Amino acid sequence: MIRKSFLSLLGMCLAGTASAEWALNMPRGITELSLETYNLHMMVFWWCVAIGVIVFGVMIVSLVKHRKSKGVEPAKFTHSMTAEVIWTAVPVVILLIMAIPTAETMVKLEDSRDPDLSIVVTGYQWKWHYKYQDSGVEFFSSLARPSVEARRKLSGINPYDVENYLLDVDNPVVVPRGSKVRMLFTSNDVIHSWWVPDLAIKKDAIPGIVNESWFRATETGTYRGQCAELCGKDHGYMPIVVEVVEPDAYQAWVDTRRDDASRVATAQ
Amino acid sequence: MSSTVADALDHHDEHGPAKGIGRWLFSTNHKDIGTMYLVFSLAMFLIGGLMALVIRSELAVPGLQFVHPEVFNQMTTMHALIMVFGAVMPAFVGLANWMIPLMIGAPDMALPRMNNWSFWILPVAFGILLSTLLMPGGAPASGWTMYPPLVLQTGDAFPFLIFSVHLMGLSSIMGAINVIVTIINMRAPDMSLLKMPMFVWTWLITAYLLIAVMPVLAGAVTMLLTDQFFGTSFFLAAGGGDPVMFQHIFWFFGHPEVYIMILPAFGVVSEIIPTFSRKHLFGHDSMVYAASSIAFLSFIVWAHHMFTVGMPLTGQMFFMFATMLIAVPTGVKVFNWVATMWRGAMTFETPMLFSLAFVFLFTIGGFSGLMLAIAPADIQYHDTYFVVAHFHYVLVPGSIFAIMAGAYYWLPKWTGHMYSERLGKLHFWSSTIFVNVTFFPMHFLGLAGMPRRIPDYSTQFTDFNTIASIGAFGFGLSQLIFVWVLVSAWKGQKATDRVWEGSHGLEWTLPSPAPYHSWDTPPKARIANEAFE
Repeated sequence: MIRKSFLSLLGMCLAGTASAEWALNMPRGITELSLETYNLHMMVFWWCVAIGVIVFGVMIVSLVKHRKSKGVEPAKFTHSMTAEVIWTAVPVVILLIMAIPTAETMVKLEDSRDPDLSIVVTGYQWKWHYKYQDSGVEFFSSLARPSVEARRKLSGINPYDVENYLLDVDNPVVVPRGSKVRMLFTSNDVIHSWWVPDLAIKKDAIPGIVNESWFRATETGTYRGQCAELCGKDHGYMPIVVEVVEPDAYQAWVDTRRDDASRVATAQ
Repeated sequence: MSSTVADALDHHDEHGPAKGIGRWLFSTNHKDIGTMYLVFSLAMFLIGGLMALVIRSELAVPGLQFVHPEVFNQMTTMHALIMVFGAVMPAFVGLANWMIPLMIGAPDMALPRMNNWSFWILPVAFGILLSTLLMPGGAPASGWTMYPPLVLQTGDAFPFLIFSVHLMGLSSIMGAINVIVTIINMRAPDMSLLKMPMFVWTWLITAYLLIAVMPVLAGAVTMLLTDQFFGTSFFLAAGGGDPVMFQHIFWFFGHPEVYIMILPAFGVVSEIIPTFSRKHLFGHDSMVYAASSIAFLSFIVWAHHMFTVGMPLTGQMFFMFATMLIAVPTGVKVFNWVATMWRGAMTFETPMLFSLAFVFLFTIGGFSGLMLAIAPADIQYHDTYFVVAHFHYVLVPGSIFAIMAGAYYWLPKWTGHMYSERLGKLHFWSSTIFVNVTFFPMHFLGLAGMPRRIPDYSTQFTDFNTIASIGAFGFGLSQLIFVWVLVSAWKGQKATDRVWEGSHGLEWTLPSPAPYHSWDTPPKARIANEAFE
């Protein structure tokens, strides 16, 4: 009991700092699956801590006690069938315990059936293009202006003076809260990878291939990510911003976008 | 009849190394070639390290201060290629060249002329690779994994990259053939396979891995070459090819490659820990089986590098479960090392310190490896600094610490002089402290969302990056101590034949330094070992 509460306290410390600063641990994210992913991550982490405490503990005891300077006589044993069977079998059992919940989450991650909304994401060197399949809204999304200026070599602009330095875009992706959003990924040139940690989605955008992933956001807010596959010189400068809004706000956004698009069309 | 043979042997005994540069250029002597491999790998380690310092300088604070993004990408790519193919692999081949014949009682490697060739290809290969830094379009900048289509955007350096990779592969394959032929045919008559020292065993397994996978890499890069210049489209979607196919082929090479860089390290620490624990290696045979299982599993886990490319669920599950299985034999190895120390009479000379740090820190890298095996979590970790932390933990305090440990352990046998224990310990402690200062914070960076291979980052990543950069400079400077240890060892105290109180094995029955030609007549391994009891 004491051990358990100690562990959960430690866990809370880790998680606490993570949510405050987004700096120490994986975010829990805003989807059911991002939370499951976080829980899997923490499960393996604590298993590793437990195994580490035992293995390193034995090793440290040995390092302290079994030294020549203490005048010990070295033992003569060279093997032990019992010990070896135990430390082969026990890890197998631990791995099975880890594998079962992991497999369950993997099945859910792949289940992109019956989406409410589909967005085609196309990677370009070095920006993203989004197309909403249902409403026809489409746009490019590139690094926001203030970051573009500050990022130049010896630009003289302090990155701390730029809001969301390198993590802001001109046109964010807007999605409704509570809807199942299916993302389809492809690329126009080289391989990119679309990653938003809070959605627990990282999927490669590959030329000639359409990849799929999905999420259902449970909280509104702005969530940021970056390209995660080296794609050339400006790989570090193609961020992703996803805005999760209430469904009616989303509808309003789609309508404005449509109006803008038709105005441009009429003007032409 | 027998007397003429004896005369011939005696005569052979008398001739020492050739004079001047010819000794090195035309050498067929396993000791000279081993020395050249080791010196070459140290040089590459320092060059690759300088590139790492360029990277860490740029990443010390947010904003772009020193290099343009394209140069930054060249640095990450070249750093990896040089460290993997130029520093770690040749260092182990150097240790193999020096030690395998001494340990199994063979007069030399089985194929000495090929041995010369396989070494001398390397300076050429790396000369070509380094020269690409000066070419129009710069050095390769697509990462050492050379994923198409990005790698096809490389400038004039592209064919040189492919050619140098071919040369490195050629060198590795020849080195591996030599190791296998030597071990299989030239052991002391009473040394059965299961009586071989662990270092010899792990190298035998490594050599088979090399022969199995280096041709695969050669095939993959040749297909890149023909895609670029001869109109094929193996990996080009527009021509009906598949960019993901390259990744499958690359990682079919790449994952065994990871074990190529760690199995000989297992061998080195399996020699050192028993010596300084004054006990025999615990579970020698199960160590052999564990190393063989790791080698077998390494062929069926490659796609765990590719959980984000889009694979069928069953494929993901297969690769995840197979990957998790690797934890079992790896665990056996760690447990056996700990059991070797248990109830020993330990002393803590520099080789032992490096080996102990290896066991601790490699295990930490193993833990993050297990975390990475969990496919859904891997989707979050993939291509972030968490992965950078993981593989640097298994490669730096893993492979490289084992190489350092081996160098300190066998240096008295090679040179006949003891190194300075004081300087060795200084090198150890500064390396161990700074390696952790450098790489531990990278776990946090990755979990917090920092992708790898980016030249600049958002401000919330600053603190850990600054710490890592300080650590990197500390680690880099610590290696100058190592160079000084090596130089100053020439004037060190004379080494005894056995060198270490608890050492076992044929190599310790030879004089220190080991004579230019040793084991002209095969020794009795059993008798030699009993002499130490």
